[in-house]
Amino acid sequence: MSVRASERTRAPRVVEDEVKQTAAIEVNDLTVAYRDAPVLWDLDLTVPSGVLMAIVGPNGAGKTTLIKAILGLVPRAAGEVRVYGGPYSEQRNLVAYVPQRGSVDWDFPTSVLDVVMMGRYGTLGWLRRAGQRERDAAMAALAKVDMVDLASRQISQLSGGQQQRVFLARALVQDARIYVMDEPFQGVDAKTERAIVTVLQSLREAGSTVVAVHHALQTVPEYFDWVALLNVRLIASGPVAEVFTDENIRRTYGVPVPRANGTAAGDMA
Amino acid sequence: MELVRDLFFDYTLRTVALGAGCLGAVSGTLGTFAVLRRQSLLGDAISHAALPGIVLAFLITGSKDTLVLVLGAAVAGWIGTLLVLSVTRATRIPEDSALGIVLSVFFGFGLVLLTYTQTLPTAAQAGLDRFLFGQAATLLMRDVVVIAGLGAIAVLVVALFWKEFKLLAFDREFGASIGFPMRRVEVLLTTVLVVAIVVGLQTVGVVLMAAMVVAPAAAARQWTDALGSMVVLSAGFGALAGVSGAVISASAQNVPTGPTIVLAATVFVLASMAFAPRRGLVWEAVRRRRNRRVIRADAVLEDLYELAGQHRGVAHGHAIAVLETMAGGRRDVRRSLAKLQVRGLAVAQEDGTWSITPAGLEAAERRGRIGADS
Repeated sequence: MSVRASERTRAPRVVEDEVKQTAAIEVNDLTVAYRDAPVLWDLDLTVPSGVLMAIVGPNGAGKTTLIKAILGLVPRAAGEVRVYGGPYSEQRNLVAYVPQRGSVDWDFPTSVLDVVMMGRYGTLGWLRRAGQRERDAAMAALAKVDMVDLASRQISQLSGGQQQRVFLARALVQDARIYVMDEPFQGVDAKTERAIVTVLQSLREAGSTVVAVHHALQTVPEYFDWVALLNVRLIASGPVAEVFTDENIRRTYGVPVPRANGTAAGDMA
Repeated sequence: MELVRDLFFDYTLRTVALGAGCLGAVSGTLGTFAVLRRQSLLGDAISHAALPGIVLAFLITGSKDTLVLVLGAAVAGWIGTLLVLSVTRATRIPEDSALGIVLSVFFGFGLVLLTYTQTLPTAAQAGLDRFLFGQAATLLMRDVVVIAGLGAIAVLVVALFWKEFKLLAFDREFGASIGFPMRRVEVLLTTVLVVAIVVGLQTVGVVLMAAMVVAPAAAARQWTDALGSMVVLSAGFGALAGVSGAVISASAQNVPTGPTIVLAATVFVLASMAFAPRRGLVWEAVRRRRNRRVIRADAVLEDLYELAGQHRGVAHGHAIAVLETMAGGRRDVRRSLAKLQVRGLAVAQEDGTWSITPAGLEAAERRGRIGADS
C-alpha cells in the first residue's frame, strides 16, 4: 500500500512566496472521455492562487468531470494537471474536496461529527484512529458553518442545507490551500447560502483558492471574482469583470440567457 | 431446558454451537459492510462460486480436511468476486448481471463436479454434498478451530482498517481524493468477506450462506444509527442465530442446518422490523395513531369554537351527539374531548354537555390565524 502516515505528513507544504508566483491549478491539454464520447476536449485552464473561481456551463458541459479530473478521480485520455507545480498525487494535502451532496447515502449510520472527522483521515494515514485532536479540529470546523449544536446528530436527520454545511466542514478540517467544490449552493436554504458565502470570504482572506461548480449565473459576480465558462471546451476564463460577458455566456450556452430573473441557465441549454 | 443443559455438557452439541456461533459473528460483522454498500448479492455470488473450489480441492488433494476444502472455497470465491469486479469495470455489463452470471456459472460447474465426484469409488463417503445445505452435526473441534481462527483474522482486519472501510462504504470518491487507494481497500474488504463466507459453508451451505451475511446486518440496522454499534449488534445477532439454529438442527434428526440457522436469523429480522424504536413498524403505527388523535382533538376544538361563535357564549354547553355529527359521525369524540379537557381547552358541564374554555378559544383563534397565514 503506497501511502503511509510518515509520507503523508512529509508531503510538501508550499512556501508563501512560491504560492504567489505559481498558479494554484494548471490544466494543460486535458481531454477526458467516457466510453467513446469526449466529455472534455483539449482544455487549458489556469487557476491563479487566491481567487474564488466559479465554473459555469450548461448541463453535460463537463463541469463535474473537470473537477474530478483535477482530483485524479477520473482517468485522463490526454493532458496533465498540476497543483502548485506538482502532480495532484504529491500535492493532495493542499487540496480539499467538497463533493455533490447527493453523491452519498445520507441514511448511513453515522453522526455529523464523525463525517467531519473524515476530513482528517488523510493526514492520519493508514491504521491510526481519530482521537481528541481530530475531534477538536472537527468541532472548530463545525463552528465555522454554524453547526456545533448538531455535532452528535445522526446524518439522516439533516436538511439539505445542513448536509451541505457538513460537507463544507469536512473540507475545512483538512486545512488545505485549494478548495474544490461541486455545486455547493445547489438546493440549499438561505441560511446555508449565507454560511457558505461567509466561509468563501474567510477562505479568500486567508489566501486560499476556491474552485466551485456553480449553477446560478446571476450570483456569479456577487460570490466569485474569477470565472471559467465551460462547454466541453473551455470558452473563456479570467476575472469576472472581464470575461463574464453576455457574448461569452451566449457562446457557452448556445442561446441568449436571461441573467436577472433567476432562470437556471442550464435548463435552457 | 434439557437443550440448554446439553449445550454446556454435551460435547457434540457444544462443538456445534461454538462453531455456528463463531461463523454467525463473523458473517454478521462483514455483512454490515456488505449491506451498507448495497452489495448483498455479492455475498450470494461468493458463496455459490465457492462450490467448485471445494470439490476441486478434494479432487486434487484427495483430502476432506476442513482447512483444505475451505481454502479451495476461498480461492474459487475470490476468483468469482474479482471476475465480477473486473467485468463491471471493464465492460458495459452492469454489476447485477455480472453477479448473476458468475453465480450461476460457478454454481453450475460446482454441481457438475459434485455429481462426477459421487460416481468415483473413492468418494463414496466424501459427503461433499453437505456443503450444499450445511450440516452442523458433522462439525468437529478441528473445524471449529479453523472457523474461529480464520474468523478472528477477518474481524481483526475490520478493526485495523476500520476508518478505511468506513470511507469506502460512505464516500468512496472523497476517500480517493485524500489519498487512499480505494480499489485496494475494496479488494481487501471483499477478500475478508470471502473469508467470512467460506468459513460458514460447511455449517450453513452455499445455497443459503448469503442470508447469514444479509440478515443479521439488516436486523441490526433497525436498532442503531452508529456504525460501531451496528457491527457489534449484527455480530451478536449472527452468533445467536448460528447457535440456536445449529443446536435445533443438531438435536433433531435429518434437519439440514443451513435452513434452520437462516430461519433463526429471519426471526431476528422480522422482530427488528416490527419492534425496533423509531424504524420499527409497531413504533411507526403507534406514532401515527398518536398523531391522528392530536389532529382529531384539534378538529373537535375547532367545532367547539364554531359552536361557541354561533351561540355567542363560551359557557353554553353542547351535546356530544352534536359534536359527533360535526366530526362526521366519528365515535372517538369523547376521547378527543377528554384530551382537550386535560389540556384545559374544553370543559364538561354538569348536564354532560361540553363547552370551550377561554384558553380553548384563544388556542383555536391562534390556530385559525396560523392556518390563514400559511
